[in-house]
Amino acid sequence: MSEMLTTLEQTALSEYKYGWVTNIEADEAPPGLSEDIVRFISAKKNEPEWMLEWRLKAFRQWQKMEVPRWSNVSYPDVDFQAIKYYSAPKQKKVLNSLDEVDPELRATFEKLGISLDEQKRLSGVAVDAVIDSVSVATTFKTQLAEMGIIFCSMSEAIQEHPELIKKWLGSVVPVTDNFYSALNSAVFSDGSFCYIPKGVKCPMELSTYFRINAAGTGQFERTLIVAEEGSYVSYLEGCTAPQRDENQLHAAVVEIVALDNAEVKYSTVQNWYPGDKEGKGGIYNFVTKRGICSGINSKISWTQVETGSAVTWKYPSVILKGDNSVGEFYSVAVTNNHQQADTGTKMIHLGKNTKSRIVSKGISAGFSHNSYRGLVKVAPNAVNARNFSQCDSLLLGDKCGAHTFPYIEVKNNTAQVEHEATTSKIGEDQIFYCNQRGLDTETAVALIINGFAKEVMNQLPMEFAVEAQKLLAISLEGSVG
Amino acid sequence: MSDVKELIKNKIEATPFSGNGSLQALLKTGLQVLEQEGIPTVKHEEWKYTRIASVLNKNYHYAVEKTGVSKTDVDVVRLPGYESANELVFVNGVYHAELSKILSPKDELDILTLSEAVKTDYKAIVDKHLGHSAQYHKDGINAMNNVLAYEGLFISVKKNKKLSNPVYCYYINDARSAKILSQPRTLIHVGANAEVFFVEEEITLGTDDSFINRIAEIVVEDNAQLHIYKIQNEDSHSNCVKTTHIRQIGVSKVNSVTLTLNGGMIRNNLNFILEAPGCESHMYGLYCVKGETHIDNHTIVDNVQPNSFSNELYKGIIDEKATAVFNGKIFVRQDAQKTNAYQSNKNVLLSNEATVNTKPQLEIFADDVKCSHGCTVGRLDEEALFYLRARGVGEKAAKALLLYAFAGEILDKIELEPIRKYAEEIIAERLDFDL
Repeated sequence: MSEMLTTLEQTALSEYKYGWVTNIEADEAPPGLSEDIVRFISAKKNEPEWMLEWRLKAFRQWQKMEVPRWSNVSYPDVDFQAIKYYSAPKQKKVLNSLDEVDPELRATFEKLGISLDEQKRLSGVAVDAVIDSVSVATTFKTQLAEMGIIFCSMSEAIQEHPELIKKWLGSVVPVTDNFYSALNSAVFSDGSFCYIPKGVKCPMELSTYFRINAAGTGQFERTLIVAEEGSYVSYLEGCTAPQRDENQLHAAVVEIVALDNAEVKYSTVQNWYPGDKEGKGGIYNFVTKRGICSGINSKISWTQVETGSAVTWKYPSVILKGDNSVGEFYSVAVTNNHQQADTGTKMIHLGKNTKSRIVSKGISAGFSHNSYRGLVKVAPNAVNARNFSQCDSLLLGDKCGAHTFPYIEVKNNTAQVEHEATTSKIGEDQIFYCNQRGLDTETAVALIINGFAKEVMNQLPMEFAVEAQKLLAISLEGSVG
Repeated sequence: MSDVKELIKNKIEATPFSGNGSLQALLKTGLQVLEQEGIPTVKHEEWKYTRIASVLNKNYHYAVEKTGVSKTDVDVVRLPGYESANELVFVNGVYHAELSKILSPKDELDILTLSEAVKTDYKAIVDKHLGHSAQYHKDGINAMNNVLAYEGLFISVKKNKKLSNPVYCYYINDARSAKILSQPRTLIHVGANAEVFFVEEEITLGTDDSFINRIAEIVVEDNAQLHIYKIQNEDSHSNCVKTTHIRQIGVSKVNSVTLTLNGGMIRNNLNFILEAPGCESHMYGLYCVKGETHIDNHTIVDNVQPNSFSNELYKGIIDEKATAVFNGKIFVRQDAQKTNAYQSNKNVLLSNEATVNTKPQLEIFADDVKCSHGCTVGRLDEEALFYLRARGVGEKAAKALLLYAFAGEILDKIELEPIRKYAEEIIAERLDFDL
């Protein structure tokens, strides 16, 4: 308890503690988007011809598409011609080891609390760090390679494992899936690629850290995880951005493929800069995340803690194609001040005996709006499909909003689908109970909220859970009393 | 699609209705919206699961004047308990006094057309409330009816009167010689301390296609009580969009029960706007459909003022190739603190070709509220079935018993004795249950 108190006290002083800018010389493309920019990015990355074709195809599709407006968020239109689509920290030579990484860049990671050295030695987490959409360092690569696991930046994967990329890239989120995924397909500058071979259980958590650093840039990273038969991997993703008055765009795509008996666990702690108290600045987080359980008995589990971003628009989904496959979605979304979040999931039941579980906890404070939007679809052939969804919302203050938009489409009579949702505020009796026992109101609220979110927090890997709990407290700092 | 638009425009040109009142204003804006929005497609969020355009795109006739409907035709469609009921008969969308029967005295129940009402003391009420539903339904369907609202009916239930005779409304489409489109419109005012029962039924005569696009706007004053029951049991060539828009402008209580058994494409819009603090609203629905019936229930509860209570329970039994759509919205505005709003939608699928699309939706802007919604889709409880079968009940009878019990929860909410009995009979018959 005392630890939580001090956390809150500390954070009362610091508003957004990840809001610094690193002075790294960046290699940038001029603002604007055209075929030339797509070619520029592809050339910069020394990509093969087929990759360029793939990007151009996506770009041409994107030009024909319209900005989606159905989500329950409002923000000024994004000027896609004002964004720089490529910004790479300048590197002069090929790196052989981590020691050769730009010291200033490494200092950045230390500030982020993911000192590469430390990560490498102590926590046993393999990290792929992405700054301004370019992967700068991947730790533990050799150790993983011994087991046949490929964990590298997307650019590297395109060069070294073209057969895998050709086979899987865009197989879950097709190029034309939606406006932002098409944009991402055209201009993505880097990301992570992870391949777990047959029967291998990845012995450590794999992790990616994203950071937008340069001004006026958009970040478009691409993550692809392929889990072969009988394999297992737990993957973590974290993100931060500097404080700026302008809005920056983040449009990532994450694809996961789980084959027979494979299991993938994907955890996100999203802490992009949310804008200041008046709602100025912050990241637009328009992300497409989707996994496919294409093999029998496979499992994909999404866990997310969403505290950052000015506007979030994100629906990690699972296509349950293989018989007996399982999809899970655990989410805590916290919005404060003028943040807006429209987030949820899609569970598409195609195979027999497929199961899905959705637990979504939304917490709104200040002037923010928090929406859950989810789809549970049972196809005609999905015999004995089972779904349970629960979405609870907590409102702190009378200027915020909590919304729920669950879509349930059932075309099979053996399906069993349940959905329940509640919205309420923290009970005065609960606060009173805590006050009586010597906890001040703010501490009491932090305690109750952590309890409210526990079901989701329990799904997070240990080191993330600690960070996420602190983030919850920080995000809601000052919203009570 | 353009056919329907043309039809409405031709009708307006044939019998021009001019002037500067609220009816004319509604006509003008209706035409504008119809032109701008057109007939909604599945891209319209509110019509995502209901392909209305394909049903509307038939060569309907808009035959208000020519009706061959006689008293003997009305006899066939009467509902039980009609002896002591006020019966209002609408043919092809328009009220026919000579076919109707009013038992209540004029100081309890006053009925006149909307174009007459605006010339009387009722003008203020009409001006204030007519067309309010358009704020909640910005589409060509609602607009179409607004254009022709001047042909509608105004019903006033006088204050301090508890009507001993319920009001039965029969909406008859005469499709014996042609495809018929009709657009009945009513504005009902329930005065302070009044209590009234409304029972509504749509009937299509003949075997041709028919489409009823009906709007009922209802205003409920302080301490009034309104009970409104709908029975939908038509043929598969009868389609309808029914909008019931209830404004509770005083502390009042409203009970609504909607039963659906048969029909082609049925869309029910049921809106409750709780504009006074402390309102109470109950909305119950039972859809027990088979064949290729498409039943779409869209409900809105808009909590504007604090301390209101609303409870919504919709249950469905879907068989054969039928499709059920449910969309329940609860809005809690910023001022509507201490709102309690509950919503539940339960579905049983009996066949492998049946479909359910459900979307219970909450939009909450006040913090001190208790709101919940839940929905389930599944088949009959295997264990309950086993329990009955172990005790010697045959499979068919056991299923019927369980389904009837499932439906019974809604039927019990009908407080009008003859109507409840009738509803129990038709539901029991549908489910093969021996009463």
